[in-house]
Amino acid sequence: MAKIKGDIVINTERCKGCEVCIAACPFGVIAMSKEVNSKGYHYAMKVNDECTGCTNCAIVCPDGVITVYRAKVTTE
Amino acid sequence: MEELFAKPEIRKPENIVYKKTDLMVDRPLSYCPGCGHGTVHRILMEVIEEMDIQGDTIGVSPVGCSVLAYDFLDIDMLGAAHGRAPALATAIKRLWPHRFVFTYQGDGDLAAIGTAETIHACNRGENITIIFINNGIYGMTGGQMAPTTLPGMRSSTSPYGRDVLTMGYPLKMTELVAQLPGTHYVTRQSVHTPGNARKTKKAIRKAFDIQKEKKGVGWIEVVSNCNSGWKMTPVQANKWMEDNMFPFYPLGDIKVDGKLIEVAK
Amino acid sequence: MGELRLMKGNEAVAEAAIRAGCDGYFGYPITPQSEVMEYLMAEKPYDRTGMVVLQAESEVASINMIYGAAGTGKKVITSSSSPGISLMQEGISYMAGAELPAVIVNVVRGGPGLGTIQPSQADYFQAVKGGGHGDYKLIVLAPASVQEMCDHVKLGFDLAFKYRTPVMLLSDGAVGQMMEKVVLFDQIPRRTDEEVIAQCPWAATGKLKNRDHIIITSLDLDPAGQERVNLKLQAKYKKIEENEIMYEEIHCEDAEYLFVAFGLSARICQKATDLARAKGIKVGLFRPITLFPFPVQQIASTIKRVKGVLVVEMNAGQMIEDVKLSVGLNVKIEHFGRFGGIIPSPDEVVRALEQKIIGG
Repeated sequence: MAKIKGDIVINTERCKGCEVCIAACPFGVIAMSKEVNSKGYHYAMKVNDECTGCTNCAIVCPDGVITVYRAKVTTE
Repeated sequence: MEELFAKPEIRKPENIVYKKTDLMVDRPLSYCPGCGHGTVHRILMEVIEEMDIQGDTIGVSPVGCSVLAYDFLDIDMLGAAHGRAPALATAIKRLWPHRFVFTYQGDGDLAAIGTAETIHACNRGENITIIFINNGIYGMTGGQMAPTTLPGMRSSTSPYGRDVLTMGYPLKMTELVAQLPGTHYVTRQSVHTPGNARKTKKAIRKAFDIQKEKKGVGWIEVVSNCNSGWKMTPVQANKWMEDNMFPFYPLGDIKVDGKLIEVAK
Repeated sequence: MGELRLMKGNEAVAEAAIRAGCDGYFGYPITPQSEVMEYLMAEKPYDRTGMVVLQAESEVASINMIYGAAGTGKKVITSSSSPGISLMQEGISYMAGAELPAVIVNVVRGGPGLGTIQPSQADYFQAVKGGGHGDYKLIVLAPASVQEMCDHVKLGFDLAFKYRTPVMLLSDGAVGQMMEKVVLFDQIPRRTDEEVIAQCPWAATGKLKNRDHIIITSLDLDPAGQERVNLKLQAKYKKIEENEIMYEEIHCEDAEYLFVAFGLSARICQKATDLARAKGIKVGLFRPITLFPFPVQQIASTIKRVKGVLVVEMNAGQMIEDVKLSVGLNVKIEHFGRFGGIIPSPDEVVRALEQKIIGG
């Protein structure tokens, strides 16, 4: 059975920690880091495996720090 | 630090479905965290990329927070004096009729000091696109009252809230210009949710498309946030915007194909 | 030789703009220069050369249209009169800062404020000392005839593009309104878009694949960067001072006294020179044609040979400051001016010379 799976890569150095992406994600994939980047911002990070690659987070990210991947994966 | 939940089998170049367009200059934006400017910049550049008009576009940036827009958008641009962007765009489009010409302006720039230039460019039916970011406040100068500041809304120059009897009423420029025969497409959008951002992108695309048809001004107001000026977190600001700005500045098309959708309120 | 016509100075500006291959005129009506746009609108330069003419909603809009067009490398001109030029100062300052070429014609009327619609030279300081905010200069040409109204438009464009700087024609209501014979230069073709792109690599014409994007701006938030901008501008002004001074001397070889006057005042002084010489007074006339760059050395060397100098201006004494700065303190330099729209007669200029310089 084929299933759509996604992944995101966050440019954590450019992330300003505004958290707008968190609300945009339907699957709670994103949360804020406890650490800060070199600018002192907590940054968005992936916290589960539920990403479907819907691109919602990337579209609302004001700083364009999220790259989204999506692929069909076959499972048993 | 080590990244958890990475999926190397999916994270391959052929599987990219969204990445920041290369038409955004690769440098950090000067905007505050969560500010809608960055989102509008990016989707504007996505439209220009999709239309393949990077070399055919000339932009005009304002004075205000987005004064440095030209540093981020990888197209030829001019920085206008405060409020004068539509005058620059008028002349540029008249002399380069095959170029796509747009202005990018905030509410102070467009609706206060530049009111005359804005209205007359619209009334002449210049074949330009006007992108109007309305966050109800002067962001760059430190949160002063704007022409679009809501009644009762606090700012550094209306610290007890905007008293309309002494400070005047907020100006609905979008409804106003929709009345002018020179505007062809007039819409009000936002970029705070994925759905709204996608709609704004479509609106910008439409406005650029009508430049080809020489039918007059395409106008996109984007009701946006100003977390710093409003003194909220970005997420709180977006909620406040939904609850307070949208009732006064309702989203949606106001004029399409030169016809008013409904009698503007 | 070019075409000979009888024209108003304002009309000559308009016709010269078309013939200079100008791409656009943007302006707003104001007396005493409205004939410029009226002539252009009637002449339909769009059919003749493709030149655009647009009546803007204000002088503020006009000058910013000029700023926008100039920033894309196009050859553009605007005209106005004193109160309108005051409104344009913001845009002119931005253009100087962004190093943009354009020709701005000021057909000066009496001020201050709404003043009058009659001729004046009271905008000398505004034109020559900068006008708007910041350290900048315009190249300022002072036409004294309809012929020069025509020729200075062409010269103005040449200088504007040579130095990437706004050029002002400082004329007045009389030079703008009077009719004289003028020999028009032949039509110079407008540049094609491709030629503009090739000749103005600094201009925002649309990003080319082989270069970075162009940004036209006068903003540099880094103080060191902004100082560099200023130093670059000052170096440019120095180069202009070294290379572009223009002036005229009439009867200066044997002169014992000297008139210094520009524009219309110089025309009056020319007649006054003849009248004075008929009375046996050996007087000459020094006429700066460029007010910036001011002919400092040239005026100094002529003044060295005379007993006294009368600076004649239709203002309360503006250019006289630059004349005094050009020479030592031991020279007798007086001012004679009429203002508020009054044009002095040659007779009263001679009387002023006799009273203030010879007898004084």
